[in-house]
Amino acid sequence: MTGPEPGEARPRSAFRAQAPVVAAVAAGGGAGATARYAATLVWPTPAGGFPWTILWVNVVGCALMGVLIVAVTEWRTTHPLLRPFLGTGVLGGFTTFSTYAVDVHGLFEDDRPAPALLYLALTPVTALAAVWAATAAARRALLERPAGGGAR
Amino acid sequence: MNWLYVLLGAMVGAPLRHLTDRAVQARFGTAFPWGTFTVNVAGSLVLGLLAGAAAAGVAGSELQLLLGTGLCGALTTYSTFSSETLRLAESGTFGYAAANVLASTAAGLGAAFAGAALAGAVWP
Repeated sequence: MTGPEPGEARPRSAFRAQAPVVAAVAAGGGAGATARYAATLVWPTPAGGFPWTILWVNVVGCALMGVLIVAVTEWRTTHPLLRPFLGTGVLGGFTTFSTYAVDVHGLFEDDRPAPALLYLALTPVTALAAVWAATAAARRALLERPAGGGAR
Repeated sequence: MNWLYVLLGAMVGAPLRHLTDRAVQARFGTAFPWGTFTVNVAGSLVLGLLAGAAAAGVAGSELQLLLGTGLCGALTTYSTFSSETLRLAESGTFGYAAANVLASTAAGLGAAFAGAALAGAVWP
């Protein structure tokens, strides 16, 4: 939240406060989406094939998001632009909902209802399991240190 | 140079998601993640339309990379959606968590079908 600024100063200062965040999200989003595009080039999905690559991209991105959220909200006070850059930007741009939805539609269009339904269900189940498991693992690794060990 | 189209589209799509999320949260609060819901449904609609346009031969590969892989891919997100669902479940609002998954999936898929149908009507 921006500070209490009276009168006309507010919109401009709100813009000033948002500009670095928007820039960090844009830079991170560009990097994340380019990495997703690279993954689809390295592991291409054949026409009409099961979209394993995007499924893995989403699952990996969800796991990393679980670790990031624990790191920046429960572990350390980090730079204010770290979460917009890595979370909203890189991981937000890496993972995709629209490609998932359109690929499910494409499998139905190709008259492949069984893979379509499998992909439809498998993505939310594995993605939610990934973010849950990664969050639990990050809490164990980062927060449950042995007493006196490494604490400042 | 194909990746440049993806990069450019995503550098618009990701901040658009962030700003939409902020605007929606300012209007509707943060109890339910309507912001992410909005961008995911809107992006699925546009990508469905684009996929239909590509199938009809009116959208070339550069436009698909710019608007599809880049813009729609970065406008929509699965990681924030999952993370917000986990946050709802952890805060004890399991009904909201389940509603977020079911509503986002149903609305996103519906939007993809609607976009494709719209493309089929415009470019038969």
